[in-house]
Amino acid sequence: MKSQALLTVRKLEAWYGRSHILQGIDLEIHAGEIVCIIGRNGAGKTTTMRSIMGLMDKARGSVHFDGHSLLEMAPHRRYHLGLAYVFEERRIVPGLTVLENIRLGIIASRHRERERHIIDEIAETFPRLQERLSQMAATMSGGEQQMLAIARAMAADPKLIMLDEPSEGIMPVLVDEMFELFTKLKKAGKTLLLVEQNVELALSIADRAYIMDQGSMVHHAPAAELLKDQAIQERYCSV
Amino acid sequence: MELSFSLLVQQLFIGLALGSIYVLIGVGLSLIFGLLTVVNFAHGAFYMVGAYVAVYIFEKTGNFWACLVLVPLAVGALGLATERWLVRPLYGRGLDYPLLLTFGLAYVLVDSVRMIFGVQGEHFSTPELLQGTVDMGFGPFPIYRIFLVGLCATLLLALWLFIEKTRLGLIVRAGSRDPLVLKVLGIDVDRVWLLIFGIGTALAGLAGLLAAPLRGVNPEMGGPVLIEAFVITVIGGMGSLVGAIVAGLLVGVVVAMTTLFQPELAELSIFALMALVLIVRPNGLFGREGLMS
Ligand SMILES: Nc1ncnc2c1ncn2[C@@H]1O[C@H](COP(=O)(O)OP(=O)(O)O)[C@@H](O)[C@H]1O
Ligand SMILES: [Mg+2]
Repeated sequence: MKSQALLTVRKLEAWYGRSHILQGIDLEIHAGEIVCIIGRNGAGKTTTMRSIMGLMDKARGSVHFDGHSLLEMAPHRRYHLGLAYVFEERRIVPGLTVLENIRLGIIASRHRERERHIIDEIAETFPRLQERLSQMAATMSGGEQQMLAIARAMAADPKLIMLDEPSEGIMPVLVDEMFELFTKLKKAGKTLLLVEQNVELALSIADRAYIMDQGSMVHHAPAAELLKDQAIQERYCSV
Repeated sequence: MELSFSLLVQQLFIGLALGSIYVLIGVGLSLIFGLLTVVNFAHGAFYMVGAYVAVYIFEKTGNFWACLVLVPLAVGALGLATERWLVRPLYGRGLDYPLLLTFGLAYVLVDSVRMIFGVQGEHFSTPELLQGTVDMGFGPFPIYRIFLVGLCATLLLALWLFIEKTRLGLIVRAGSRDPLVLKVLGIDVDRVWLLIFGIGTALAGLAGLLAAPLRGVNPEMGGPVLIEAFVITVIGGMGSLVGAIVAGLLVGVVVAMTTLFQPELAELSIFALMALVLIVRPNGLFGREGLMS
């Protein structure tokens, strides 16, 4: 009934060393959707994203993205297929300027000859960064660094952007700004996978949501439906 | 011998020339450690191989300038092969695996050279064009040593431009802080590490060539140099390029000055310097914030 999914995850298992974290999860994302994963701390949300990006010690099952099988592929090649990941801890590179951090996102991509143009576009989308391009990135506030991490991940025009708790520890004004950006991105045809503790806000912009617990997907429904379901929210999302 | 101002200045210059060779060795070791976290115990052996490749090429061509170009290329290529097939499989297993591997590789290289060239050592003369002295206002000064300082300064400038001004240099700077983030931004970190190992070993090989006219060539010449190079990276701060440069020059000058007053203490002086620096700054002069600090 639906067109083929952009990302299809089947029976995905993953390990940190010898700890078996993901217990065989299924996940599907269609082009143009905002999909959200919610669940308590330690449920395995970050591990899910890291597995899709190829950063786990060991993973089994299948991950298909835009017609390619990812499981055996190095992370940098997944990026070139159009898969971007914003770490929970942001990972702004200290010792580099804001501009240099953004350039890292373009430098190895097929867009690198258009670097100047892309930077101008990003500056337009992120006015807060525009004023600070030559500033050392590490001296910015947490919220600004998060914006930078998102800008850097978008620089090479990815098809799917995975964002791990982007609103964590950020001033409310900036959170609103960030979520407005997400809706804009969706309108522009981007696809987002979002992990959020700010459940209501996330569900309000998402199309669908997965609920995760102890390394498994325990429930999955349209976001609007979950938004009304207080019982489920309390059972799986209260911290 | 009267201790005059001009003699001191002369000795200071000799120290800087010696320091230039130290800088090349120290920078290579520091690059490799700072980015790959590989403690390269074969660094002295690459230096020694550089000197022998120079002997070989000079025998064939009689041209010092050909050595200057071909030695770094040859030793760099050996470095590339080492990283690709020996060091790379050991990433992610901690510091000790690559350390032991390069330790063993040093023995293999030394013994191979002994087998090919013999144990007696070789002579390598200063190229004709660079023989003799010039008067720089404070007495005669060997041209070859001026050449060393100039060449080293030029190479460092080129390295600085590469790291600060090129795309690849940006990747190198970022990689010294956070290699993981490079992977998710589409950068093939393995290829960057390969290149860095190649550059580091090429610099060691070049240093071996440049030291050959001053110190002679023998299979064991890499041993003391390895220790000196480690002392330099410790003084400068492990993994810091600026630290390696400053410490290399400092060690050169301290050795030259001690040689002037108490030649028998010259060897000891660099360890005294290291102890002194570590007491005052336990992380070395430039700590380790990042590659360029
Ligand atoms: N580096 C690691 N090594 C071992 N176990 C880890 C590591 N990181 C996370 N875990 C474990 O994996 C589980 C899932 O973690 P994570 O995916 O970070 O959860 P979430 O993002 O949902 O809070 C937790 O039990 C956590 O303790
Ligand atoms: Mg998490």
